[in-house]
Amino acid sequence: MIINHPILGPRDSQEFVYLGAAEMMNRPDGMSAGIEEFHEWLYHRDNPAGEHRELWYHEQGDRSWLVVTRNTLTHEISRVELARDVAKAMGRSK
Amino acid sequence: MRYSGFRVIAEALTGHKGWKPVWRDPAPQAEYDYIIVGGGGHGLATAYYLAKEFGQKRIAVIEKGYLGGGNVGRNTTIIRSNYLLDGNEPFYEFSLKLWEGLEQDFNYNAMVSQRGILNLIHSDAQRDAFTRRGNAMILNGADADLLDREQIRAMYPWLNFDDARFPIKGGLAQRRGGTVRHDAVAWGYARGADSRGVDLIQNCEVTGMRIENGKILGVETSRGFIGAKKVGVAVAGSSSRVMAHAGMRLPIESHVLQAFVSEGLKPLIDGVITFGAGHFYVSQSDKGGLVFGGDIDGYNTYAQRGNLPVIEDVAEGGMALMPAIGRARLLRTWGGVMDMSMDGSPFIDKTPVDGLYFNGGWCYGGFKATPASGWCFAHLMAKDAPHKVATAYRLDRFLKGKMIDEKGQGAQPNLH
Amino acid sequence: MSQSNRISGGQIDRSKTLSFRFDGKSYQGHAGDTLASALLANGVRLMGRSFKYHRPRGPLSAGSEEPNALVHLRSGARQEPNTRATVAELFDGLEARSQNAWPSLKFDALAINDRLNTFLTAGFYYKTFMWPAAFWEKLYEPIIRKAAGLGALTRQEDPDSYDKGFLHCDLLIIGAGPAGLSAALTAGRAGAQVILADEDFRMGGRLKAETLEVGGQAGADWAAAQVLELAAMPNVRLMPRTTIIGAFDHGIYGAVERVSDHLAVPMKGKVRQTLWRIYSRRAVLAGGATERPIAFENNDRPGVMLAGALRAYANRWGVAVGRKVAVFTNNDDGLRTASDLRAKGLEVRVIDARKGEEVIDTSGRLGLKSVTIRSNGKVETIACDALGVSGGWNPNVNITSHHRSRPVWEEAIAAFVPGEDGPVGLTAAGAAAGALSTHGALATGQAQAIAALADLGIAAKADALPQAEDAPVAISPKWYVAGGKGRAWIDQQNDVTLKDVKLAQQENFTSVEHLKRYTTLGMATDQGKTGNVLGLAVMAGLTGKTIPETGTTIYRPPYTPVAMGTLAGRSRGKEFKPFRLTPSHKWAEEQGAVFVEVGMWLRSQWLPKAGETHWRESVDREVLATRKSVGICDVTTLGKIDIQGTDAAAFLDKVYANNFASLAVGKCRYGLMLREDGMVYDDGTTARLGENEYVMTTTTANAVLVFRNLEYARQVLWPDMDVQLISTTEAWAQFSVAGPNARKLLEKVVDQDISDAAFPYMGAGAITVGGIRGRLFRISFSGELAYEIAVPTRYGDALVRKLMEAGREFDAIVYGTEALGVMRVEKGHVAGNELNGQSSALNMGLGKMVSKKKDSIGMVLSQREALLDPNGYRLVGVKPVHKDGKLTAGSHFLAIGAAPVIENDGGWLTSKVYSPHLGCDIALGYLKAGDQKIGTQMRAVNLLAKPVQETLVEIVSPHFFDPEGERLRG
Repeated sequence: MIINHPILGPRDSQEFVYLGAAEMMNRPDGMSAGIEEFHEWLYHRDNPAGEHRELWYHEQGDRSWLVVTRNTLTHEISRVELARDVAKAMGRSK
Repeated sequence: MRYSGFRVIAEALTGHKGWKPVWRDPAPQAEYDYIIVGGGGHGLATAYYLAKEFGQKRIAVIEKGYLGGGNVGRNTTIIRSNYLLDGNEPFYEFSLKLWEGLEQDFNYNAMVSQRGILNLIHSDAQRDAFTRRGNAMILNGADADLLDREQIRAMYPWLNFDDARFPIKGGLAQRRGGTVRHDAVAWGYARGADSRGVDLIQNCEVTGMRIENGKILGVETSRGFIGAKKVGVAVAGSSSRVMAHAGMRLPIESHVLQAFVSEGLKPLIDGVITFGAGHFYVSQSDKGGLVFGGDIDGYNTYAQRGNLPVIEDVAEGGMALMPAIGRARLLRTWGGVMDMSMDGSPFIDKTPVDGLYFNGGWCYGGFKATPASGWCFAHLMAKDAPHKVATAYRLDRFLKGKMIDEKGQGAQPNLH
Repeated sequence: MSQSNRISGGQIDRSKTLSFRFDGKSYQGHAGDTLASALLANGVRLMGRSFKYHRPRGPLSAGSEEPNALVHLRSGARQEPNTRATVAELFDGLEARSQNAWPSLKFDALAINDRLNTFLTAGFYYKTFMWPAAFWEKLYEPIIRKAAGLGALTRQEDPDSYDKGFLHCDLLIIGAGPAGLSAALTAGRAGAQVILADEDFRMGGRLKAETLEVGGQAGADWAAAQVLELAAMPNVRLMPRTTIIGAFDHGIYGAVERVSDHLAVPMKGKVRQTLWRIYSRRAVLAGGATERPIAFENNDRPGVMLAGALRAYANRWGVAVGRKVAVFTNNDDGLRTASDLRAKGLEVRVIDARKGEEVIDTSGRLGLKSVTIRSNGKVETIACDALGVSGGWNPNVNITSHHRSRPVWEEAIAAFVPGEDGPVGLTAAGAAAGALSTHGALATGQAQAIAALADLGIAAKADALPQAEDAPVAISPKWYVAGGKGRAWIDQQNDVTLKDVKLAQQENFTSVEHLKRYTTLGMATDQGKTGNVLGLAVMAGLTGKTIPETGTTIYRPPYTPVAMGTLAGRSRGKEFKPFRLTPSHKWAEEQGAVFVEVGMWLRSQWLPKAGETHWRESVDREVLATRKSVGICDVTTLGKIDIQGTDAAAFLDKVYANNFASLAVGKCRYGLMLREDGMVYDDGTTARLGENEYVMTTTTANAVLVFRNLEYARQVLWPDMDVQLISTTEAWAQFSVAGPNARKLLEKVVDQDISDAAFPYMGAGAITVGGIRGRLFRISFSGELAYEIAVPTRYGDALVRKLMEAGREFDAIVYGTEALGVMRVEKGHVAGNELNGQSSALNMGLGKMVSKKKDSIGMVLSQREALLDPNGYRLVGVKPVHKDGKLTAGSHFLAIGAAPVIENDGGWLTSKVYSPHLGCDIALGYLKAGDQKIGTQMRAVNLLAKPVQETLVEIVSPHFFDPEGERLRG
């Protein structure tokens, strides 16, 4: 597969490491959330057949974490974003 | 109709006119006591044991495509019970024992062949880990042998002993491990279930579940609504999709595992060998093809096909271990979609919906589990209590912290 | 009888005569021949035996679809089984032998199976061999395995090398027949970057096998001229002998180039084959079509061939497969074979199914002698030595369905054509798209190239096409000849016959997948290229369904089989994975160190001194010398990460379970890292070098993973934190200097004051070593007074030499990973065997380190019910009750008197060493409720040992040595 890195352009997916669903970016805060909330966040997935937002890490590149929107039926990639930008847009900060 | 050598000869001499359909093609009835969703190995085994061992009736298996078209027809055919953890080992040993009597039980030659499995060791830490595992296996009543380098050389002198990046230092052998002709398992269970009155309904896709007041009433399908008192879902690879009809999110991701077969070759490898320093395991089928595999591609997919990097990675592991296969040719690749669970172990459990049961999360180890999975799922559905070897396969185990994490990789499915 | 069947014409170089051997007999052929064409030229039709019935077989085809003519090519370690003679390029000295036949190709003992065929029908083995159960592995299966298989591997290492490469292009064109050449010319002239790949050693596709004219010249000449034009274009790369093996995601194609297979051995420095990964923006499949046979009785004899192959042997290779020829066809293309052969002076009888004529049987055990024809009720037998069969042509849609697109049935040509939903960016042209005339190929090749380039914004011209035939496909489908009692083959290699398909239908294996799996149709080395469509058409006929209703199985990569060596490339032997060498590697080599693989690293395992004959002698000495005076160990392999920023302290509090904010500048602290599931996955020390500057160490194994996870935390979880990371693992050479004399030694090397007051326990800071900048950490894994000293990697070799020189007066030694392991077990430190990913901080006795006053990764879920079980595993020390008692890592704990069953399993020994300090084996272990069992006795049992190893052990604290830590503070 080829991932069109927002900074570096098209790169073979072999340069990247896959983590999983971008749902995982919604990590609860450990000071306010309890076991049940963390459990739901860490273990359960939508796992859709179709469009899937997912985290890839450019390990053999610039070390960016990316959010890639990819179709799990066709593997078509429709969007690639820097995960930091997505995280900030979600309201994550410190 | 009973199969035997005598029958084969008799039919041969009379023009093979007497062979009957191995299963019927019934139209779905309005209602069943049990509907098993998924006509793969686990679903067919469940129906078979429900009928045969638990005396249940009015059973249907509904299958989106053709019988045995799931991962039972798309795997590397290995059976073994060389697991480490308490939650797993008794289950897989039970499965291995069922394999050992399976063909006589369902009167079909699935070519259960116990030619042994050998996990190679390349470091002292691996030897320590395999010693722990081998002892756990024996404590569970399974067999295990720790071999040294010279014993392995005697078995397979043509492995790479002299120029290896990661030298072979020994191996953990399970002599009762081996391979089974995968399609025949599906067909044997299907035939056995059909002959006991189970309706096997092909080309029938589940499109919804009818649930009222927290209780299942039946399934909507491409061939209409079919009512049921109990519904068991055994559709590994598609679990998230099917269980979404019941509003459930699962601790599962779908990933593709590629597998490979070479052109037919005269006998080279007797048992199963797994490389401990790369992604490669191999056996040789009775037809002569080297059947091998490696790691999953590693990204979520339902596409039943993989990419080139993994094919190369597996070949590299193969050549590192077996430089003599350089001129053997890879004939065919295929990709199966796996339910990769959060700890690498499966689920056989009730669900929050009354009468709805779930069997899945088999990762890439579901084939060897087929008999025990069917038996234990049938037990759960018939008795509403888990079989004693499958008590750990609960959906709430992560909430309680009771992970069954053989690889110690944590909640990241693609690492299991 | 030298080349008795060679006739005039063809594209072989008659001036170059090549000698070769088949089954020990010498023959001659010409440059441009394949092994099959050369053997046929010599009158040899029998080249192989079939898989199941061991039927005598000759080539069915003249290409890569060949099911029958499989041989062992070359000899010795280069022996290559299952090689298709039809594509093996002839070279001088070629040696080939037949396979799957014993004692000889002509007299094969297992041909007895052919006599027993009525018993050996599809799937017979599923119905028998079940009693008694034990006989399967002992009797039946060994016989079956020995009889099965085709060619053999020699078990010797493949002596050839292989390579991998990467190519990029605007347009990849697969196949260099008329469609591919037309597409390449169009794109090449437009200036696009073009790759034209063809599996044959000569480009031109079917034009080489035809007498058809293109633009007024012979098709083969026209093709050769276009190849010349393309070769002159700098933007076009021609890749003959290159098979596109598969379509992967996003325009990536795998390709195998046979660099040296046309030579006896590769030239010096050259590889045998290269695996290319081609990154294309668009691709055109111009892979042609494959002819299919018709099933009739005994349609498998040597001399029975696809009609187009018969024609190819005559036109391209100047070979008459037989002098008296029959052609059985259901379409006009078969008539073309007849007229071409007649033009070569051969006697040809046409049997046209469309006129009610059919072949009902053949004779000739080792080669065709006659065919029996039924023509409108009349039966006659005619003598002939070659029979061409044409059941029509199947477009080679294979690659278009590699992404699981289903081909679509096109009634007009009675064949499947590519579906609409094939790989993105791939279109088909020419015969592969169902355009079976030469004009159709030229026109669709041009059109698809223009369309593909237009997508890319490259304008290409539609030049006038050369004149070429545009005959319509005139076919009346006929799949099999009904009414016979004998066997009619569908899949020749796997011996799947009409009867097998009928039996499958009778037993309700009617879906195409069931048909394939039950009868093995299409699962041979040719992957059903000639048999699959025929088989499913027969099944359609039997079930009363149409062919499209019956469907087709999915084509999967590779297009043709690929050598494992090619797929592995250079990653084999010692080059399987790269080596990472430590800065002291050269020095250690000079000392005769024994090295061990630690991940990619090679580390010194121990460094034997003269006279030491057993590794234990060396390791014991290294441990004792370190504990007595001072020892040095290269610890460069530990991961090192520089962490800077105003939020660095807060960041560390997130990623470590224990508190870091309170760490003072100039100090180090041991840190515990959890996964989100609460399990410990790494540990190490982190030093605060400045207000906003830290350096973290990780374990060797997890250096990459920790760095990745830190980046994740920084970018994704807490994106506004001001924290920057850089891995410096390779930048610093780091040595542990441990032992009572460690300080004295270092004082000779370090420029600064490192007295206990100036550099206390857990101190850290910048230093210089002879003016070179460095870092010093007063940390200890061994339990001794110890430091880790770091200098830039390029000074690492110098530093180890300097340390050894400075340490001479203290009898300093260098110790390896074994001694390191002994000392850490003596101190009860966890390492890889305890950090197994299945263990929590509580299991390790470090539960209190997990701070609940802050949110750190893994904190919340580490508090789940089962993970707080007071009777869960706890890390313990293990000592044999009797000093000579032996321990084994991996042994399990059983209570005294308890039976060896899982219910009594108490846990296991994780790490075991021999402690020279205590004079006995010691171990660490995870024991259920271990903290409550200190001081009790148990058995450590290794059931794998022969005889079983049972050792009475005492459960002790894991801190065997200096539990109060007085030495390291010294």
